[in-house]
Amino acid sequence: MNISFRLRGQIFALTLLAPTIIFVCVFAFYPIANSFYLSLHRIIIGLPELGSRFIGLENYKALFNDIIARKALLNTLLFVFITTFFEILFGLAIAILINKRFKGRGLIRASILIPWAIPTVVSSQMWRFIFNDKYGLFNLLIYGSNSDHYKAWLAEPLYAFIAIIMADVWKTSSFAALLILAGLQVIPEELYLAAKVDGASTWKQFTKITLPLIRPALLIALLFRTMDAFRVFDLVFVMTQGGPADATNVLQFYGYKKIFAEGLMGYGSTISVLVFVVTFSISLFYIRLLGRRLTRGTS
Amino acid sequence: MSKGVSKVAFPILTAWVVFLSLLPFLWIFITSVKSEIDITSIPPNIIPSFSLYFYKSAILNYNIFHYLKNSLIVAATTTFITIILSVFSGYALSRSGLRHKNVILGSLLLVSMFPQISIAGPVWRILYNLEWLNTYQGLILPYVTLTLPLGVWIMTSFFNELPEELEKAALVDGCSNIQTLFKIMIPLSAPGVFTAAILVFIYAWNEFFFALLIMTQREYQTLPVGIALFQGQYTIPWGEISAASVIATVPLVIIVFIFQKRIISGLSAGAIKG
Repeated sequence: MNISFRLRGQIFALTLLAPTIIFVCVFAFYPIANSFYLSLHRIIIGLPELGSRFIGLENYKALFNDIIARKALLNTLLFVFITTFFEILFGLAIAILINKRFKGRGLIRASILIPWAIPTVVSSQMWRFIFNDKYGLFNLLIYGSNSDHYKAWLAEPLYAFIAIIMADVWKTSSFAALLILAGLQVIPEELYLAAKVDGASTWKQFTKITLPLIRPALLIALLFRTMDAFRVFDLVFVMTQGGPADATNVLQFYGYKKIFAEGLMGYGSTISVLVFVVTFSISLFYIRLLGRRLTRGTS
Repeated sequence: MSKGVSKVAFPILTAWVVFLSLLPFLWIFITSVKSEIDITSIPPNIIPSFSLYFYKSAILNYNIFHYLKNSLIVAATTTFITIILSVFSGYALSRSGLRHKNVILGSLLLVSMFPQISIAGPVWRILYNLEWLNTYQGLILPYVTLTLPLGVWIMTSFFNELPEELEKAALVDGCSNIQTLFKIMIPLSAPGVFTAAILVFIYAWNEFFFALLIMTQREYQTLPVGIALFQGQYTIPWGEISAASVIATVPLVIIVFIFQKRIISGLSAGAIKG
């Protein structure tokens, strides 16, 4: 292949990539850098005449002493940890269930996908209504028609937190299941047949064949679910508005409130930076753990 | 587990999972077809009176079609732009042998994983300075950015599976790069395009965070924002919320039931290959 031909191919490729790169730079990379810049300034959205004064690390000092921010960080980490754990667990169970061949499998897979496809705002309203103190399905299921015992679940800190976890696990276990299913499907049937011939029990087959072979799929599901759980916002906005008493306040919601409800663009940006740093480190950790497996499909 | 037990346990477990997956949506559907009196009964009725009152009210009092229109415009335009750019980028990444293509794919993956709050303030300021808050393009541009990683990953792994001989033959026959792309590769990529389009559309249809920030005027709000902010004069309008939720969800339910296979293959595209 002659060089100018190759070069032309490369220029052609870069031209094709240019719009994508521009979009990502303008609306993703620049904003990340700009958040950091803004976090060093005092900027209030409603008061443009104040301008943007450079105040060094003042905002970060304030963030460090902000009790609600600390609570939101703790809540976010707890939320991420608990939901991811259950989603991978249920995802694995569902994946094993729908991996078998049976009649109507397509229909069943589709119904399991429904929670994933529903807009999160809709599923949040659904769960908010299910936990309603008067008309809620949850009270009916637990206390029957004896309405004297009916509880306002979302008005109690612990229950409200459990409620948003339930709603999230319900919505995204199926997504985890799909990623794990993709891993299950590449395990050759012969392995199980051979194990059966050798008299291995179902449990043994699971721990010795299935688990080791789907490890990469599990890690990828874990990575995607962890990152997505950090984004929790819709559920909190609709179901609890962060309450009661900040019991369900999470970083993304707190940052949103500071920047857009209170107009504290500078201070709010420290939360943006904090969230970025936390998620970036976690994703780097996972990507190193996964190594080249992640891009193998595309290279 | 003996064979007999698993034969009984398996269908029961599957039925249970399906039931739990559908129950909340079923409940919202039941609520949406209750009558005005029905909905306030304590304890709640399980069997509704199949009234269309709340659908009528959602349409007349809450202008639900207006939100529906905005959602359609934003989601369809986003899908269109993202798919075109994804086909171009996917082709370039799959074929050109660019030296840093893994860096590009990796950074796209990172973009798709950041919590939105880490870019929200500056994105808002860009749109504010352009006076694009409360405009369709103001929401579509960030959506294109956020859906590009998904689109590019799906298209790249799709092109990777197409044999290279086809384009080599075309190039030998004297087709230019551009002709090869448009006459041969794009027609062949239709299945991949379709898969990516479904997923991008669902994302744009469901997105709430940026829609909430950018569309502060009711005139431009999408369905999720409308549903999240529905307020009655004295009480929460559960009936109308349920009716609107069903309207927002039914298109997705149909898409999922028809294209279940494509969605599943698309979601795991590129991520796991052996």
